[in-house]
Amino acid sequence: MVGIVIISHSLKAAEGIKEIAQQMGREVPIVAVGGTTDGDLGTEPLAIKEAIERVGEVDGVLLLVDLGSAVMNTQMAVEMLEDELQRRVVLCNAPILEGAVVAAVESAMGHTLDQVRRAAEGAAQMEKLL
Amino acid sequence: MKVDRDQVVAMIKEMAAVVAQNKEYLTDLDSAIGDGDHGINMDRGLRKVLEKLPPVADKDIGTIFKNVGMGLISAVGGAAGPLYGTFFLQFGKIAAGKEELTTSDIGAMLAAGLEGIKQRGKAVVGEKTMVDALEPAVEAFAAAADAGKELLACFQAAVAAAEAGKKATIPLVAKKGRAHYLGERSIGHQDPGATSSELLLRAMLKVLES
Ligand SMILES: Nc1ncnc2c1ncn2[C@@H]1O[C@H](COP(=O)(O)OP(=O)(O)OP(=O)(O)O)[C@@H](O)[C@H]1O
Ligand SMILES: [Mg+2]
Repeated sequence: MVGIVIISHSLKAAEGIKEIAQQMGREVPIVAVGGTTDGDLGTEPLAIKEAIERVGEVDGVLLLVDLGSAVMNTQMAVEMLEDELQRRVVLCNAPILEGAVVAAVESAMGHTLDQVRRAAEGAAQMEKLL
Repeated sequence: MKVDRDQVVAMIKEMAAVVAQNKEYLTDLDSAIGDGDHGINMDRGLRKVLEKLPPVADKDIGTIFKNVGMGLISAVGGAAGPLYGTFFLQFGKIAAGKEELTTSDIGAMLAAGLEGIKQRGKAVVGEKTMVDALEPAVEAFAAAADAGKELLACFQAAVAAAEAGKKATIPLVAKKGRAHYLGERSIGHQDPGATSSELLLRAMLKVLES
């Protein structure tokens, strides 16, 4: 199964998105991370690295980010991971909420990391106002 | 003129002091075109750097700068963290094992630091970021060094160029970072990151001049 890490400037936002996505795949490992160590809004590479490591035994880990420094700090976190884990981690270019929901569904179906990533990125094109 | 370890340590303390003094100023600039946290972020990062300084203050200059980079990466919490963090990690790479720095060492450190920031943030000059202050500074330093100027004169040229580059961000439309979301509304405001870049370089210069 593919695990998911939700990375936001706000821990509350990350946790809320995790909650919404978790409903679509109860058994999918999802970790939320956000904010600075002293409780401000922001993102920190060490906290993100730990969050990725916390996902546990999975075939791959999909990373979803909100904006700005979340991208750079996540890239730094990935560079700090051990090689073996680093190879199974991918940062995806998806909208964070819709991407997380789609990723949870796809992961629960047992799809590969690459399939889950592509589906999550496809969420950017999904029509909301049908 | 060479720069020794004690001067490097003094530079780091001076950078932290200058950022602390300008915390509100940087935050005000960031409130106009960003999320209003640049001063808070930088101050948090440099306080962490100071905290981590004593155990490495007697090591080679490369180790000292690497430690600055790691402190900023771990504690800034915004875009400036990975960017300045990379800048000082690059300083550390060039200065690895060195007990003193020559003009050409410092020129190489500045160039490598700028390159690291550009690779990490993908910004080029004219996008209203710290690169607008740093790139002219690095070029001015190199030009002065090529002309055979002393270290102090090279650094003075770099700071003057950073100041001009910082002011030149005012009429620009932001293309990177938070200010990018404002589009044309970012015109007329000085970029906070370009401002902190000038402050950091000026803090280092102050130590050279003393
Ligand atoms: N991609 C980039 N390349 C170079 N400099 C950048 C980039 N993004 C932002 N900056 C610089 O960082 C400064 C803002 O730093 P700050 O610490 O406030 O980060 P932030 O924008 O609040 O981060 P976040 O993305 O977390 O909101 C800007 O003024 C700009 O100079
Ligand atoms: Mg900011």
